[in-house]
Amino acid sequence: MGFKEFCFKKSLWLFHFGGASCNNCDIEILDCLTPRYDVERFGMLLVGSIRHADVLLVNGSINQRDKSRLLELYEQAPKPIVVVAIGACGCTGGIFAEGNTFAGPVDKIIPVDAYIPGCPPKPEAILAGIVKLLNK
Amino acid sequence: MVKKTLIPIGPYHPLQEEPELFKLYCEGEIVKDIKWETGYNHRGIEQLSEKKTFDQSFFLVERICGICSTSHPFAFANALEEAGNIEIPNRAKYIRSIIGELERIHSHLLWVGLAGHFLGYNTVFMWAWKYREPVLDLFEMISGNRNSYAMFKVGGVRRDIENNKISEIVKVLDLVKRKTDMLVGAVMDDPVIHARTKGVGILTKQDIIDYAAVGPTARASGIAIDVRKDDPYAAYPLVNWKVITAEKGDVFAKAEVRLLEMYESISIIEQCLEGLKKEKEGEIEVKVKDIAEGWGTGHAEAPRGEVFHYVLTDGSNSPARHKIRAPSYTNIATFKKSCIGQTVSDATISLAAVDPCYCCTERMAVAYDHKTGKRILNGKELIALSAEKTQNIKNQL
Repeated sequence: MGFKEFCFKKSLWLFHFGGASCNNCDIEILDCLTPRYDVERFGMLLVGSIRHADVLLVNGSINQRDKSRLLELYEQAPKPIVVVAIGACGCTGGIFAEGNTFAGPVDKIIPVDAYIPGCPPKPEAILAGIVKLLNK
Repeated sequence: MVKKTLIPIGPYHPLQEEPELFKLYCEGEIVKDIKWETGYNHRGIEQLSEKKTFDQSFFLVERICGICSTSHPFAFANALEEAGNIEIPNRAKYIRSIIGELERIHSHLLWVGLAGHFLGYNTVFMWAWKYREPVLDLFEMISGNRNSYAMFKVGGVRRDIENNKISEIVKVLDLVKRKTDMLVGAVMDDPVIHARTKGVGILTKQDIIDYAAVGPTARASGIAIDVRKDDPYAAYPLVNWKVITAEKGDVFAKAEVRLLEMYESISIIEQCLEGLKKEKEGEIEVKVKDIAEGWGTGHAEAPRGEVFHYVLTDGSNSPARHKIRAPSYTNIATFKKSCIGQTVSDATISLAAVDPCYCCTERMAVAYDHKTGKRILNGKELIALSAEKTQNIKNQL
């Protein structure tokens, strides 16, 4: 078992960063915690600090003002960390990619391990994405 | 002398819809001043819209806010139809209103849940979000997506609500009505919620006028301002309903207004569904070839207040100028009145009550004392403080 597998063997804690988004993805992520989807039964927990997290969820297009903050968060994160780009904006910039404050999709700023497309992706899709990533 | 401390909330914090930075200047436990910074969520939408055609712009304005993703296209369609002098068929009017009201229901449920979370009542949070799911299922049935429904276009709507789907909608509405009863019971009769929210974050009538607040924030202070009544659009003049107001202006009044508004929304949808049965299936749009040179304004009552769009057209197929004003922007300014003089534990729910368009979970916000470098409070501790106060009141009762 490699170091990375060892780190991700047990309960995953998630940290959520919402960039310049329309909040749909944020709400669908939060929806994963509520009774219908209930990710907490798999030991996944949304935490308030990046220093506790195993997975960094990033959604929304990243604008000039968010960019430095996202970089800072990534630097503070305990390694190894898995970065998941959620939603069309997180993956490519989506409809906001032509905007004048757009600072590049997430994977131009920090390394991304998985992409979950959709506008917004359904909670099922978010769960499926994370499960696929773990089985990789 | 009391030591002054600064508590930042944000920029990445769940209390607000957008990432924003609030600075609470405190003396002891009392908030003395509040400042805020915006711009973390700036995407240049007005400029982007001017590069797109009218049809494409609908998908863009829908993504201004994910929770009110109907009200922006609603206002934009109203503006374009005013500019182009377009009258839409009755069936399209009913469908527009149904979508708008369903959105209000899911948005208010979302708010009730999060308000419960901030008070330390996670049960309310889980319940409200559980019963929000059937409403999202309805959206999926009607439009194919849980959020961002893409139902609107110039001259009508994109998809019909076929008559055979009506029974399913009625079934969900019955469920929502029963569950709203339950939530109203849980909120209105609970002595702890009374103690935590009554007299907290009060906005007087004059404050609302001074800060030009709109929506439930204004209605909770006794000002019956509602675009659906004041400047009727879509199917609202065709149905019977009333504007819900409360007098006190505190957090409890805001919760009361939102919960009671859900009943009105259910009643509006039921009447619209009756109207839908009378209209012929498939007559959902008029063909619009072009929009003449000119301008139009449109508004719509979003769950949080009035959304306003201004469109200047130059005869081409894209807006020459597009101006948007969202309700939260004016409502946020009322924090100057509602939070100052409160304790820090009450500031949390005061912020949450005024601007309900927030999402997601705790993000990092740590305050350090300027001189000693000692950590003071983060967002999670603020919530814990709020939960603790609830617990104390519970023990006393």
